[in-house]
Amino acid sequence: MEQFTGKVWLLGDDIDTDIIMPTEYLALKTINDMCPYAFSPLRPELAAQIREGDIIVAGKNFGCGSSREQAPEVIKALGIRCVIAASYARIFFRNAINNGLLLIENADLVKDVQEGEEITVRAGDSIRYKDKTYPISPLPQNLLDILEAGGLVRAMQRLNGKV
Amino acid sequence: MGMTIAEKIIARAAGLPEVHANDIHTVELDFLMSNDGTTHLTIDMYNALKHPRIADVRKLVWIVDHNVPCDSPKTAASQKKMRDFAKENGITFYEGAGVCHQIMIENHVVPGQLIFGADSHTCAYGALGAFGTGVGCTDYLYGMVTGKSWVLVPETLRFNLTGALSNGATARDLILTIIGQIGANGANYHAMEFAGPGMASLTMSDRIAICNLCVEAGAKTALMEVDDITMNYLAAHGGRRPEACFASDPDAKFEKVYDINLSTIVPVVAKPHFVDNIAPVSECTGVRINEAFLGSCNNGRLEDLRLGTSIIKGKKVAPTVRFLVVPASREVYLEAMKEGILDTFMEAGAIVMNPNCSVCWGSCQGVIGKGETLISTGTRNFKGRAGHRDSFVYLGSAATVTASAIKGEISAAFT
Repeated sequence: MEQFTGKVWLLGDDIDTDIIMPTEYLALKTINDMCPYAFSPLRPELAAQIREGDIIVAGKNFGCGSSREQAPEVIKALGIRCVIAASYARIFFRNAINNGLLLIENADLVKDVQEGEEITVRAGDSIRYKDKTYPISPLPQNLLDILEAGGLVRAMQRLNGKV
Repeated sequence: MGMTIAEKIIARAAGLPEVHANDIHTVELDFLMSNDGTTHLTIDMYNALKHPRIADVRKLVWIVDHNVPCDSPKTAASQKKMRDFAKENGITFYEGAGVCHQIMIENHVVPGQLIFGADSHTCAYGALGAFGTGVGCTDYLYGMVTGKSWVLVPETLRFNLTGALSNGATARDLILTIIGQIGANGANYHAMEFAGPGMASLTMSDRIAICNLCVEAGAKTALMEVDDITMNYLAAHGGRRPEACFASDPDAKFEKVYDINLSTIVPVVAKPHFVDNIAPVSECTGVRINEAFLGSCNNGRLEDLRLGTSIIKGKKVAPTVRFLVVPASREVYLEAMKEGILDTFMEAGAIVMNPNCSVCWGSCQGVIGKGETLISTGTRNFKGRAGHRDSFVYLGSAATVTASAIKGEISAAFT
């Protein structure tokens, strides 16, 4: 079973797609160009502080709002290993899986964890923080297949070699 | 076991006699709508495929509406990419004709269809009894190439409406009130279905406003039954025929049922920075505004413009306010011209713009600066949505927005 440890960035409820990637930067040419502005309406300093392998922990309705796929793409490009939220808005949920960004649903961790602390994730099984274990449910198989392939486009190519 | 409207539409699209909530099915899509917000990204991914192909070009509708007219060389380049690709591949293409959802409803959507749109407010198509849902550009690409996608069948929240709107309340006040009641994720992954005797009092424009905003409660889609009002609308818009007209079975399973008497709804606003942060207009009067916006796929139709002119006729926009009036489509614009609606707004000092998404999406037109406040009939009031991250957006009805533009502060239209 895949296991990884990462440092936590803690965000609140209803983190919307305009906070994750504001409209005014969507015209920038590449996702990497957009990265410095991620989360800027809420925390302008955050994007520069995130390091490869870090984990975002948030409250309910993460990713609500627009269908803009730049939102999960920019989180992935910043090096975030996975997002753990109490719940997700559905378009963001699909977009994240389709781009190979791991999402975990857990409503309790956000209440306990402190920013900057380390947590350990055992994929499809549990999260460990200090001496407490938080169970997580595995994703449905069709979504795991997409994640495992590295996103929907790659999964589609694997299903149909001609595409 | 009986089925809901959402289940019946998915069953049809999956070619199955019966489906039920929480099943995952592969479905055939009827339309795939995409706009200039993300189409350039879809094209890049398409071109990177080893053997790119379009399953059925007749299903694709591409609409330039987010930055119209174009505001920078960067957006000009992404729109050119979209325009050229549409022409090369024979894709139905609109530019400058209005906001994507209004164009889809006026020209393409029919009852019973399952439609993916690369835009969150695609749920508006429920006003015509179609299952519209927003997706990102990767899901869009998959649908474009295969003609299909996968869907998780949603559970349904049913809203039984009785009575009729009064007290100066509009359909927008109704849906904002519902979002305030159930919360910004109160319908997450769910279908919101509206039915009951109160539906007869709601115009097609009202119904579009209600369904359009359901994504702000997290809904996957919104649905309404087809009735005479729907059929008359289709007849007046190209004589389109339904694919199928569905109603939920008497023994269909709803996760929750809400009973709402329309006569209890009062004018409300959504305060910064969340759509579910609802208060009666009467609690917010006196908040100074710098800009007012009457438009968008939610509330930029002829009925909304008429409501605005009924309030502003013979009066003036406050000298401290920019009042942007943006008809949702060319059809709406032309009708508004014929009725003298645009004259009335301009004589009052409003700025009448071309049909497009305008400040509702915070780019291209009318963005607001640091510390400024906007009252809007747009779809969202997230932090920074309309411009600077330290600005404020209130959402209200066409009546509230117009009355506030005159007063220079948030104001009730009818007291």
